[in-house]
Amino acid sequence: MIAFSTRVSYAFRCFFVILSKGEIPQDIVRELIASPSTTLASSPARIATDKVLDDSVDRAVQMLALFQRDGRLVDFLVEDVSPYPDGQLGAAVRSIHDSCRQVLDRYIKLEPVISAEEDQPVSVLPGMDQAAIKLVGNVVGTPPVKGVLRHRGWKVTEVSLPSLPEGSGRKIVAPAEVEIA
Amino acid sequence: MDSEFIVGIDLGTTNSALAHCHVADENAQIAIDNIPQLVNPNEVADRTLLPSFLYVPGELDFPAGSLQLPWDTQPTFVIGELARKRGAENPSRLVASAKSWLSHAAVNRNAAILPWQSPDEITKVSPVDASAQFLRYLRTLWDAQHPGGSTALSRQDVFLTVPASFDEEARELTLRAAEQAGFERLTLLEEPQAAFYAWLQSQGDSWRKRIKVGDLVLVCDIGGGTTDFSLITVTDEGGDLALKRVAVGEHILLGGDNMDLALARLLQQKLEAEGHRIDNYQLQGLWYQCRSAKEYLFEHSKAQKQDVILLGKGRKLVGGTIKSELLRQELDRVLVEGFFPEVASNEMPIRPRRIGFQELGLPYAADAAITKHLARFLAQQLQSSPEAANSRRGRSGIACPTHVLFNGGVMKATALRERVVNVLNRWLTEEGFDELGAAQVLDAPDLEHAVARGAAYYGKARRGHGVRIRSGASRTYYIGIESAMPAVPGMEAPMKALCVVPFGMEEGTEAQIPGREFGLVVGEPAEFRFLSSTIRKQDQVGDLLDNWLGEVEELSPLEVTLNLDGKHGTVMPVRLESRVTEIGTLEVWCVSREGQRWKLELNIREKSDQ
Repeated sequence: MIAFSTRVSYAFRCFFVILSKGEIPQDIVRELIASPSTTLASSPARIATDKVLDDSVDRAVQMLALFQRDGRLVDFLVEDVSPYPDGQLGAAVRSIHDSCRQVLDRYIKLEPVISAEEDQPVSVLPGMDQAAIKLVGNVVGTPPVKGVLRHRGWKVTEVSLPSLPEGSGRKIVAPAEVEIA
Repeated sequence: MDSEFIVGIDLGTTNSALAHCHVADENAQIAIDNIPQLVNPNEVADRTLLPSFLYVPGELDFPAGSLQLPWDTQPTFVIGELARKRGAENPSRLVASAKSWLSHAAVNRNAAILPWQSPDEITKVSPVDASAQFLRYLRTLWDAQHPGGSTALSRQDVFLTVPASFDEEARELTLRAAEQAGFERLTLLEEPQAAFYAWLQSQGDSWRKRIKVGDLVLVCDIGGGTTDFSLITVTDEGGDLALKRVAVGEHILLGGDNMDLALARLLQQKLEAEGHRIDNYQLQGLWYQCRSAKEYLFEHSKAQKQDVILLGKGRKLVGGTIKSELLRQELDRVLVEGFFPEVASNEMPIRPRRIGFQELGLPYAADAAITKHLARFLAQQLQSSPEAANSRRGRSGIACPTHVLFNGGVMKATALRERVVNVLNRWLTEEGFDELGAAQVLDAPDLEHAVARGAAYYGKARRGHGVRIRSGASRTYYIGIESAMPAVPGMEAPMKALCVVPFGMEEGTEAQIPGREFGLVVGEPAEFRFLSSTIRKQDQVGDLLDNWLGEVEELSPLEVTLNLDGKHGTVMPVRLESRVTEIGTLEVWCVSREGQRWKLELNIREKSDQ
């Protein structure tokens, strides 16, 4: 860590420069952010971001694990289904569809973005959320615009996932199964 | 201090449920409680039923820390849905049907014998322990959901249901399990009565329009593991309708699980005939799929078949997929004809030979035809009853119900209810009565929770806010008296049976056994042989039977030690008194000439000759 007297000096300089000019002294920025001690020590903001990233990876794994455990979805996607006749594939799919549907219903609440019937006219109002509504076709002008609903969209209203497993369990989508005689 | 809640607990063979209502509010609704339980490792979910399964986890069963409950981070046992799920993967650690073991006299029910015939290294529990664990689970989660000393479950009025066919031993063991679980204010209630109370509650005040004086209601309760029949009459008491339970059937170990397994075996045979190999793991999957297919076919009466799909194991999910189908004619043949055949009213079931199925240990019914068990119940149970005169009977003497109330998961299937009604109607017309119409089939809503709901309603009724069914002792009970005949070496002295509790003796009443005194040695344990009969119903207190073979069964003995300072070793003459308590149990007391009283205790033992 840098010397106490330097830290005192930096602290006072930052205080006055921010107060008078509204900016951070760049030499201090370079010194602190780029120095190895900072990266090693990991500021609290950094820890929070890292953990959020880790957690969201773990949650993604957990989602796959739930679909696999109760619906065998990963086994299905990984298998090469090209050699099988439609009848056999269809029979398996019915079963997988049923169980994966139950997983979806149990852990995620989904709702359509626009709750109207498909192929019916709808209006898109000003201030529309561009992430939630995608416009296709003759996309000119500004909202309000009229169009025809082609897909209702999906949004999540509630996620209730079980708690994450301990440690290395977070990387496991499906445990290996060993039968003991 | 009075309790705040009335709580009903249905401790079922396959599933348990919990219901409650507030004491203070007369019009309070009865609510079914949520029972959070482990459904997967690391996952606790709310359910309204608690599967009555207990799993004894070893080190290799679950990842560390994945069994946490909100109130216990390291539970010793897994209880509920996860126990059942995991038990399908590793059956040697699963305790199932603990309740049926509680009434199985041929084993020592206080010894740690469950899981049955499992390897030595697995921690075992007794049937009483297992039942206590389920009850403790319910109590702990109630206390967690109702924090505060006065709302603790041990301080509330709790009504716990037992099968009507449970004898005094099984009821006593149920009470001991409850005591072990920390319950203090407990009353027992018979399940068919609880089902009837649930119907009463659903009717509100209009129940009086559905049934009238002289009616006879058959309660037909078929759950996952057991079949229980009862008869309730409707009489007049001071101008008001009164209900009385007049007949109780035997404890028949036959239920929905047997039916699902029969279907799974059928499909296993079909698949094996096609050249597939079905191992135990796939049989479990088949069992589950068959149950779904069965429910589908019962719900959709036009469908003629339903696919049953077993996905391939490992990586060949689609490649190893096996498809079969359950045809409606197979469903009819195996379930409807197999378990509910149309029989004559005098066709009796094959008598079980007291040999339990070796791999399961419990004495499952030898004859799977439930309609035959029903025929025997109607023919025998009412005949010798004191209420026989008040109950509608046919020319041949069989009881002819005017109404039927269905209970239990199996009776959710319309086709099965219709079949039972058709069989009953055939018998009724043969005996000269009208058939039962739709109005005579009492519709019981919410079959899965009816018993818990009914138990809570019974609690309200006892406080005066509802109708009560009078029942009383469900069997006749006797003390064994050695006869005065000279002893023949090598032969047991013949024993007479002295009636101490007549069938139907009402709760809260006492009887003194007249005419005889017993000389007991003070300070030494004395044993009285204890017997019961489900067939003899006319015997009164003090009746002495010479010949009772085949009609009376011996239970565990009653024991007492007279403790009196300063008189050790002297002989004290005592009379006997019997009581039926308000909580639904029997008591037999020794009373000395000076009025001192000692209570006899049931020394529950395993029966070695069966």
